[in-house]
Amino acid sequence: MKLNTSRFGEIEVNEEEIITFSDGLFGFEDIKKYIIFQMEDDNPLMWMQSIEEGSLAFILIRPFEFNPNYSLQLSDNDVEELGLTSPDDSDIFGIVVVPEDPSKMTANLQGPVVINRVLKKGKQVISTSPKHKLKHFILDEMKSNLG
Amino acid sequence: MLVLSRKKNESIMIGDDIEIVVIEIKGDQIKLGVKAPRNVTVHRAEVYEEIQAENRKAATTPKQLTGLGSLFSQFKKK
Repeated sequence: MKLNTSRFGEIEVNEEEIITFSDGLFGFEDIKKYIIFQMEDDNPLMWMQSIEEGSLAFILIRPFEFNPNYSLQLSDNDVEELGLTSPDDSDIFGIVVVPEDPSKMTANLQGPVVINRVLKKGKQVISTSPKHKLKHFILDEMKSNLG
Repeated sequence: MLVLSRKKNESIMIGDDIEIVVIEIKGDQIKLGVKAPRNVTVHRAEVYEEIQAENRKAATTPKQLTGLGSLFSQFKKK
């Protein structure tokens, strides 16, 4: 199918790649369908473009890109809603906020996005770990963890 | 909204399997205990509001993000 977006113009979307968030994201409960794609080669940031609203897109990053020790404990309820049978089927992302100074971009690990790659289901969950904050300064953490 | 008065150590039931107990009352702060099945998630209301606000900020990312990739080039694996 073809999709008109404000950022990427008209794009071709493979319907099998569409991820359904039955609860939407917090604050965007009515938007249920997204497509995730890589921003560009050699860049860990991904786009999550809404199917239903062409002007809505989020930037995502895998927490492992800036914190190799990242782990997330999912609640039984989250596992059930996502239909996850194995951790290998899951993909985890933090939603990124890019401020005016992009070097201060942050990832939200308190409310990470979890995807079931097999069933193409997604959910924004809430982490109960005190290690997971609303704002993780991505480049600072990359420097201290990988630098 | 249903409003109930409770004293210390008293509780309310929500449905058959969720119990909220008043554990301690100190000044303008009360400590609550929640007994609920494992599949029921319990969070402070602020957590939801903060994540909503953070999502809204994330959604206002400008159209043009040229040069973002170069910020990561210093970390490229050799």
